Amino acid sequence: MIKALLARIHQKHRTTPYPAEPARLPELFRGAPDLDPEKCPSDCALCVDACAHGAITAGAGKTLSLDMGRCLFCPECTRACPHGAISFSNDHRLAVNRREELIVTSNQVRRLAAALDERIRALFGRSLKLREVSAAGCNACEADTNVLSTVGFDLGRFGIQFVASPRHADGIFITGPVSENMHLALLKTWEAIPEPKIAIASGACAIGGGPFAGSPAIHDGVGDLIPVDLYIPGCPPHPLTILDGLLRLLGRLEESR
Amino acid sequence: MTRTFSLTRLRNGEAVAVADVASLPPVQFLQDIIDATDRGWRVASFFGVPTAAGATLWCVMATPAEGLLGIMRTEVEASFPSISRLVPQVHLFEREIAEQCGIIPDDHPWLKPVRFHRCFVPDRDAWGRRQADGIVVGAMEYFRVEGDEVHEVAVGPVHAGIIEPGHFRFQCHGEEVFHLEISLGYQHRGIEQHLLGGPHPTTLFQMETIAGDTTIGHTQAYAMAMEALSGTVPSARAEILRCIALELERLANHTGDLGALAGDVAYLPTASFCGRIRGDFLNMTALLCGSRFGRGLARPGGTGFDLDARQAGELLERLAAARADLENAVNLLWETQSVMARFEGTGQVARETAREIGLVGPSARACGIDRDVRRDHPFGIYGVNPVAVAMEENGDVCARAHVRWREAEASLSFIEEQLRQLPDGPVMTDPGPPAGGMVAVALTEGWRGEICHVAITDDAGRFARYKVVDPSFHNWTGLALALRNQQISDFPLCNKSFNLSYCGFDL
Repeated sequence: MIKALLARIHQKHRTTPYPAEPARLPELFRGAPDLDPEKCPSDCALCVDACAHGAITAGAGKTLSLDMGRCLFCPECTRACPHGAISFSNDHRLAVNRREELIVTSNQVRRLAAALDERIRALFGRSLKLREVSAAGCNACEADTNVLSTVGFDLGRFGIQFVASPRHADGIFITGPVSENMHLALLKTWEAIPEPKIAIASGACAIGGGPFAGSPAIHDGVGDLIPVDLYIPGCPPHPLTILDGLLRLLGRLEESR
Repeated sequence: MTRTFSLTRLRNGEAVAVADVASLPPVQFLQDIIDATDRGWRVASFFGVPTAAGATLWCVMATPAEGLLGIMRTEVEASFPSISRLVPQVHLFEREIAEQCGIIPDDHPWLKPVRFHRCFVPDRDAWGRRQADGIVVGAMEYFRVEGDEVHEVAVGPVHAGIIEPGHFRFQCHGEEVFHLEISLGYQHRGIEQHLLGGPHPTTLFQMETIAGDTTIGHTQAYAMAMEALSGTVPSARAEILRCIALELERLANHTGDLGALAGDVAYLPTASFCGRIRGDFLNMTALLCGSRFGRGLARPGGTGFDLDARQAGELLERLAAARADLENAVNLLWETQSVMARFEGTGQVARETAREIGLVGPSARACGIDRDVRRDHPFGIYGVNPVAVAMEENGDVCARAHVRWREAEASLSFIEEQLRQLPDGPVMTDPGPPAGGMVAVALTEGWRGEICHVAITDDAGRFARYKVVDPSFHNWTGLALALRNQQISDFPLCNKSFNLSYCGFDL
């Protein structure tokens, strides 16, 4: 017992000070994309060709867009571009409410997720229980979701909890590209959650199939199967990206932050 | 001199011409697997490539003696004699061949689908299911124990925690489990089907996500296979960086699982501490490449990122801090009687059983089986700078936990040593295109155990077949056997002590 107490002192209080303090991310972390098509020579498509996932579109007249729903946040496009027109910033705030808002273009301000409407927020704002379903997720999204419940992030302090039964849940949190073999189990879990309820698609796979898009064994993500309230991009999304999205959805982060 | 039977010899990370691989009559091929396993060889991979008449069966075998691997093949038609009763470690491989190639291993004791998908050849099906019939995952005959007071507990595919899906059926008498049957396939993403005709632009990214918690283990195996096919030799610096990343992956997962084991016996100090320390190791991987799971790091030809002196220094500092925290957290386990009482004697697998079913990795080493790819078939830098192999005898939860802890300690020392003697040089050697008509075998020791990739190219240098074996493919049967005569309430504890991959198995 005394050893456990001494260990407790040694290990200190280590919960992240986020969101009271700014998020601390790895130096090389690849977050929100920065696009600068002014640097693009005409007819250059090196970044488009370098992306194995079809996430980048270079239009006529120096326009560039990147679909964060398809992007795996790998470094290939930035390496392929000799002009510095495309790069990833350290900004972890990526979650949005609508699929099309994941498309980042150079001439539009990126939108962050907005809060749920007043009625739902009155119900879930201070207590949100989620049922996680991995529908062929590779265990990276799952692991970095699970980590939110550790002392490092302490999700419970926000009143958010992942629960064991859909019957106890206010919403579903989906990871994975939705394999054909998980299709039925996913829908049954969704149906088992009582109304009103919300749905969150987390990770490139759940949003659009990720690196498996097009495989006949999967459904290319949640798609139209379930109406989604929050899209969290990334492969996998950083835990702070997920936390940021959840807090914004509940209206617990000011929009400027 | 090690007897090699009819096997064509090769080393880990080597390629040979398909034409040079021993092609045997089916009976001799199967007899050689039986004889070689009797003499200490084990089956690393056994798979089929569909042909017009049936399939070409390929078998890759491994022996620690002289670090040898062997490969051979045979042509079969609609069926071949099952050898699962004599060589239990091939039972799932034979079922997989039936499902993928639509041919029958005759007299297989337990011929059921593995992943519940269509055969690679559209009009074939080992179970006679028609194209018009849907394939329903998990729809099969389960093993049943009958009798008064015997009951069945079915769990999954969706589980209580944030984990991957799978279906478990327990045959119980009261609290005691007589038998556990594990039925998977829910995570099937069609990886091997998609690899045909590859490598495709998305192949590398699928390799990184075969099992997302083993990104480095699988991507390194893929890199080794591509390097063998293209005759590329990565620099020593790149090899060291890949091995550092592989050990960081091992550290993160072993740490997380030691914490989860503590959580499963309600010992919250270690559970809490390790939950956080695991993140420290993931962040060290992110220090190398920006991704906590090592995405973008291992690449055919070397690594996608270099490490400068400042980063190496910071990594060393962080390692020292994490080592102190981890030792402090984990040693509490061994000093707490209530933890030891739950760990000791729970979920035991006998050494002979482990050998017969072909367990790999820490699960095998916890049963007293001295088996580690890093030493037996050295790859990367391990041949020059070996890492200590941890062994235990009892084969229970305690032994698996202890092996994991000692491996974590060895990984810490290994990384610190490598960082202090990092040679200069480029980290990327451009790999040319893969050569045609070759077969390459690449083994790595992931944190769960042996990962085996086999790449066979056609004349144009495209994949005629790319076979992936995740350690979980060998080890799920071990978990099922560990549950025999255990309390059903000990399932989470036993499960976590193996912590196997669903998607790595389901592909």
